[in-house]
Amino acid sequence: MSRAFRDLAALLVVVALCDARVETQPAGRPPTIAAAANLNVALTEVAARFARDTGTGVALVFGASGTLTRQIQDGAPFEMFLAADEDFPKQLAAAGLTRGAATVYAVGQLVIFAPTGSPLVADGSLAGLARLARAGGVSRFAIANPAVAPYGRAAEAVLRKRGLWDTLQPTLVLGDSITQAAQFATTGNAVGGLLAYSLVLAPGFADRGTYALIPATDHPPLRQAMVLLQSAGPVTTAFYAYMRRDAAQSILRKHGFSVPE
Amino acid sequence: MDWPALRVSLALGAGTIAILLPLGVWFGRLLAGRDFPGKLLVEALVTVPLVLPPTVLGFYLLVTFGARSPLGQAFQAVVGHALPFSFAGLLLASVIANIPFMVQPIQRGFEAIPGDVRDAAACCGLSPWQRFLRIELPLAWPGVLTGAILTFAHTLGEFGVVLMVGGNLPGQTRTLSVAIYDRMQAFDDHGAGVMAATLLVVAVVTLMLTTALSRRASLRRV
Repeated sequence: MSRAFRDLAALLVVVALCDARVETQPAGRPPTIAAAANLNVALTEVAARFARDTGTGVALVFGASGTLTRQIQDGAPFEMFLAADEDFPKQLAAAGLTRGAATVYAVGQLVIFAPTGSPLVADGSLAGLARLARAGGVSRFAIANPAVAPYGRAAEAVLRKRGLWDTLQPTLVLGDSITQAAQFATTGNAVGGLLAYSLVLAPGFADRGTYALIPATDHPPLRQAMVLLQSAGPVTTAFYAYMRRDAAQSILRKHGFSVPE
Repeated sequence: MDWPALRVSLALGAGTIAILLPLGVWFGRLLAGRDFPGKLLVEALVTVPLVLPPTVLGFYLLVTFGARSPLGQAFQAVVGHALPFSFAGLLLASVIANIPFMVQPIQRGFEAIPGDVRDAAACCGLSPWQRFLRIELPLAWPGVLTGAILTFAHTLGEFGVVLMVGGNLPGQTRTLSVAIYDRMQAFDDHGAGVMAATLLVVAVVTLMLTTALSRRASLRRV
């Protein structure tokens, strides 16, 4: 019995210590900013630059824009939201959850990607894809889900414009986000996919395959908007302004976004 | 290696045990005892988190305690922050999700005690409280220990509920399992690999510990 009690006591001490460590954390924690998954690499670099320039940091949480919007509506403690489109920030603004209106901070670009070893030839006019489709060589082709992901809607528009939508329909695998579509395409489970330029430029993506830019005129613009949320403090407000500065904009450009005037 | 995420994971596991262990012992013993009206329903409710996908629990917690529900707004007014997307909210979700992992082994432990042992203890003039502490709990101890360790291991591995209710906040609700997903999404296979291996080692060690402890406990009994 005494042994049982000793085990229990030891356990409770460990619990108390762990809890104390987590609970004492909140003081001095940097503000949390929610951002679309396709910003993962670019925004991490912007935040690092911001920390160097101002001496204050922000914590970043990445996810699908729709998921993050839902979490903000449910009370998630984010101070700012950078979406992969314009609609989600507008939706939050309409619900009175934001401070001020949404601003476009970047415009995304779409690429066609072919993993190493794929029979697909990646070119911006999708001629290679059309050829492969005619030959019946497209087993699986990855795009983001047009119902929930902005890059999915753009992908659908491009495929429709090239008259490939109906042919490819049975072969499409839909990622829940553009990142998941990229996972499908890079792991060799699909002959290729339509992905975000920002993703294929990510360091972890190097050498996984070849890609070509899709002309921006082939699909509705992928305008990405950001918005300050109700709880935004001074650091976040400064970060919001920083996103429009040259330092941040050149980082975004480097990572495959074009930047609004 | 995401150390804050490991700390959140360990704290969540330990906190879940701290809350569930006393409840589990009380409830497991109750269920191991004689029948009572509605026992079937209670047993089904205890097991239900095992069967339902974590998304169901996440959905109900968000709907019940989210910023748009009256209950959630009341909680926020009193405590100052929403229950979801906080460590406390994660702990609540984890406690509910782990009920079957804690209660069932404990219930089996108490059920395995022969009725005549209890009778003999009662005949010796021990009070119900003494009977529980000196006879029943030591005999059911392997079950109690298994429940605690399974709960801990399961908490470390929990993913769906944590992502839905916790929201991936670094240092607060980003557990190791969510951090692995996060690294995968960032195409950081190395980072994900290190953490996945860590979790694998922790899981194997935990299970070896369970087996060793329960073996030792049952040997002691003989």
